[in-house]
Amino acid sequence: MAQLRYLSNVVTLALNAEKCVGCGLCLQVCPHQVFSLADGKARIDDRDACMECGACASNCPTEAIGVDAGVGCATGIIIGALRGTEPTCDCSKDSSCCA
Amino acid sequence: MDQLNENPSTCCAGSVSTPKTPRPAAPWVEGTVDTPIGPVPKVATDLRLADRIGSAKARWAIGRMHYTVHPGLYAIGEPTDESPVLVSANYKMSFDHLRSQLGGLNAWIMVLDTRGINVWCAAGKGTFGTDEIVSRIAAVRLAEVVSHRTLILPQLGAPGVSAHEVRRRSGFRVVYGPVRAKDLPAFLAAGMKASPEMRRVRFDFLDRVVLIPVELTMAAKYAVLIAAVFVVLAGFGPAGYSLALASSVGSRAAVLLLGTCLAAVTLTPALLPWLPGRAFSLKGAWIGLAIVFIAGGYAVYHPALFENRLAEAAWFLMIPAVASFLAMNFTGSSTYTSLSGVRREMRVAVPIQLICAVVGVVLWLAGRFF
Repeated sequence: MAQLRYLSNVVTLALNAEKCVGCGLCLQVCPHQVFSLADGKARIDDRDACMECGACASNCPTEAIGVDAGVGCATGIIIGALRGTEPTCDCSKDSSCCA
Repeated sequence: MDQLNENPSTCCAGSVSTPKTPRPAAPWVEGTVDTPIGPVPKVATDLRLADRIGSAKARWAIGRMHYTVHPGLYAIGEPTDESPVLVSANYKMSFDHLRSQLGGLNAWIMVLDTRGINVWCAAGKGTFGTDEIVSRIAAVRLAEVVSHRTLILPQLGAPGVSAHEVRRRSGFRVVYGPVRAKDLPAFLAAGMKASPEMRRVRFDFLDRVVLIPVELTMAAKYAVLIAAVFVVLAGFGPAGYSLALASSVGSRAAVLLLGTCLAAVTLTPALLPWLPGRAFSLKGAWIGLAIVFIAGGYAVYHPALFENRLAEAAWFLMIPAVASFLAMNFTGSSTYTSLSGVRREMRVAVPIQLICAVVGVVLWLAGRFF
């Protein structure tokens, strides 16, 4: 099966190696194996595989990782734009997004 | 599902106050397990027909915003104070996925109130999150039920959870389990170790096509509405309004529009890796162009498909625009598109889709009067 890749050079993922303590949590929580651990520090190996879910940033105990997390959902962006808010899937009612 | 009111219960440790979470009476509850805080419902690990029907209905968006289980503590097998604690969302499909993989094991399941949303979506919204975990631990009095201080979370809960924060506020340390519940037995047997493959999210063919019914159900409402508008507008002609025209021209318009919607919504998931381009809007445009090609070829032998040249040009613009738009909306159901990436593709795609659609509609309307 062909590997699914999205757009290149677009994600907001950033890793501050100085703050990294090599705990490895980012590797554990990343759903697309963006990170690796080498010489006691984490590294971004595959930046373009990042989907900006934010799991790494929220679980980094030293805040070494930053990312503008959000859901990559066109419908959510449209709803947010129409309402003048941030992208929102608005799953509160009988709306479509979450399955 | 009815809620039983709590009765004060006593156990060997003396009188205790009632657990705060309600005990539901449901077909998948097999009894109770005694704990220092009172009886905890024990749930079955095999799914029954009703559970499978419920899941199937949810896949077709029937009642899925109310397909929930009560948050709280549940038992699998005969858990003790040393048994692992697995955390889940209160979307019943998530709960069923989890418990159906735990046959033969002894464990606790702590169900969070995620408003009936699945783990990954709820994590993204923050409802499967640090605050809910910390308060749920207190609500179910977990520290009195288990002697260890470890919680196993599904990996896809991670975007909403700060493991070190949970530890600091509750004393429980978070271990991230595998992405898929079916890997849990192996994960537990290996001493709570996950292989890299267990931590990877895929988006394989079956993962994608299982999403088609709900995408269809959601798109159908708008598609049928817009098709109806076309049918009504089709009645306009140089000689005024004609129902015969509405029926003949309108039905062709409806077929073209609904056919495009059906194709885009089913083929985008099914053929995703093979459709050219990385942007979903581009993949959809290719589907639209293929339909245009087929329709154009058909029209060579059945010229009546397009009532005039204007209509033909109109559909050649509208079909790719619609297909591209519908494909683009599949990004929200995919497992690998980033917000930044979707924004970038939309910045290019949406203006093009809008222009093609508007020009197409104008041409089609103009064609009504020639």
